[in-house]
Amino acid sequence: MKITKDDVKHVAELARIRFSDEELLKFTEQLGNILEYIEKISELDTKDVEPTYHVLDISTPQREDAVKPLLGSEEALENAPYREEDYFAVPKFIED
Amino acid sequence: MELPYLTISEAANLIKKKELSPLELTNAVLNRVEEQDGKLNSYITVLKDRAIAQAEEAEKRVASGNYLGPLHGVPIGLKDIFVMKGSQTTCGSKILEGFVSPYNATVVEKLLGAGAVIVGKNNMDEFAMGSSNENSYFGPAKNPWDTDRVPGGSSGGAAAAVGASLCLGSVGTDTGGSIRQPASFCGVVGMKPTYGRVSRYGMVAFASSLDQAGPLTKTVEDAAIILGAIAGVDPNDSTSVNAPVPDYTASLTDDLKGVRVGVPKEYFIEGVDAEVDSAVRKAIELIEDLGASVEEISLQYTEYAVSAYYIIAPSEASSNLARFDGVRYGFREEGAKTMHDVYFHSRAAGFGDEVKRRIMIGTYALSSGYYEAYYLKAQRVRTLIKRDFEEAFKKVDVIVTPTSPETAFKIGEKASDPLTMYLSDILTIPCNLAGLPGISVPCGFSSAGLPIGLQVLGRPFDEESILRVAHAYECRTNWNERHPEL
Repeated sequence: MKITKDDVKHVAELARIRFSDEELLKFTEQLGNILEYIEKISELDTKDVEPTYHVLDISTPQREDAVKPLLGSEEALENAPYREEDYFAVPKFIED
Repeated sequence: MELPYLTISEAANLIKKKELSPLELTNAVLNRVEEQDGKLNSYITVLKDRAIAQAEEAEKRVASGNYLGPLHGVPIGLKDIFVMKGSQTTCGSKILEGFVSPYNATVVEKLLGAGAVIVGKNNMDEFAMGSSNENSYFGPAKNPWDTDRVPGGSSGGAAAAVGASLCLGSVGTDTGGSIRQPASFCGVVGMKPTYGRVSRYGMVAFASSLDQAGPLTKTVEDAAIILGAIAGVDPNDSTSVNAPVPDYTASLTDDLKGVRVGVPKEYFIEGVDAEVDSAVRKAIELIEDLGASVEEISLQYTEYAVSAYYIIAPSEASSNLARFDGVRYGFREEGAKTMHDVYFHSRAAGFGDEVKRRIMIGTYALSSGYYEAYYLKAQRVRTLIKRDFEEAFKKVDVIVTPTSPETAFKIGEKASDPLTMYLSDILTIPCNLAGLPGISVPCGFSSAGLPIGLQVLGRPFDEESILRVAHAYECRTNWNERHPEL
């Protein structure tokens, strides 16, 4: 089942990336080739194999719930492309 | 001998005895970078003033009898993926151009604490995605052995800088071979520690279950020195492991009596260049001469590793890179009038094509209806690959293979075909999927004068065995005494 231009358009929407029509065509072809290759794993029978999400047998570590110094708002805002006072500024997105 | 050609351990011995000034050494390296890096583009940012200030401080401390250890006053590079307070960290991307971190990565804290002098931030493939350094927004780094060729990737700038003596060592990151493959291409030592050995705090995330930081150096001993400085548990990285950090330099011996070495037949396949094959087989003979026992082993699921990796790594990346949204930091497309446009246009203009491809593959693999066939299936295959290694390590202590199927390729040679580029990581990826430590050490040159690397893989948290094998081999050869002509 080859990936189509509409599939790529849908995935681009999920990934929040704008593509031109020309790019969509190029990506459809490239992603198609890559997916065709990676589908190689479907040859394997893995019915009784547990997935490895993580190589380490880790558990969530715990610590004291103590107040620690963190970034101040000035430092946190230093890299903001747009700021207004102590806030990150974005275009208005709630309708009047 | 010119100062930048020193190894870390040679420089350390001189600095400790007050026979070499950290400032003189740092200036010599900075001058060499200024004169030569135009040919290699191995640095994105050179931190001249800061490096000089650090070197002066290091010098004062030595003079006052407060010697901190083998990195004290030693000028090193750092892949531009580690954030460093008050200086730019780009990760090779337009989307982070000009980003100045408000804090230090743990790796940076540890290096500075050990007295190291950081001369600059090394070039890399954007977000560490690539095997050639051609995906850097700041232009490709070049291979010092032939500047028409790639240095490998993604830590290509770090490998090129170490290979050309534009720093005494560097620290890179390895998600699918990004330290070992460029080390192999540039004729240097490159080591990926066990997953969890080194903190990932402050290291821009690519694929969180695979990423690991490690050294690129001129010798195995130098790799042991840097690893000793950066390893250890960190409360800021819940996947860093609380295991004792040994003195890695103590594991370096010059014989290999009693060491059992496995040679996996699946790593000597069609597609491995004949000169690479022959250099690696000669290296294995030498390892046997040094007292090791060598046997052929099988890692039967090797051929599925690239497929599993190119599902798992992009899936994790698509999630990690969601944070680049043009709001809190990084590039925002001018004139974006709606919130939708801020996201879609900033990411379209801020990311390069390879990063977009991986985000798209990952988003697709995780999307509704495909999760089981791709992501879950890949994690099951990952279990099979991990078991392969577990079985092998019941019989042998280390596994040796070529690091890369080929020597450095020409710039542009694979740029138009992403899949061909992905396949160049075929021998380094399984190690990451299983979380093992691995090292690449120079084992010869092709007839065209390009370096070849030998890969040594070990059991989880047994960095000592791979360092020992690589060091013993290195002691009996002199590949690292050759230097490229720039």
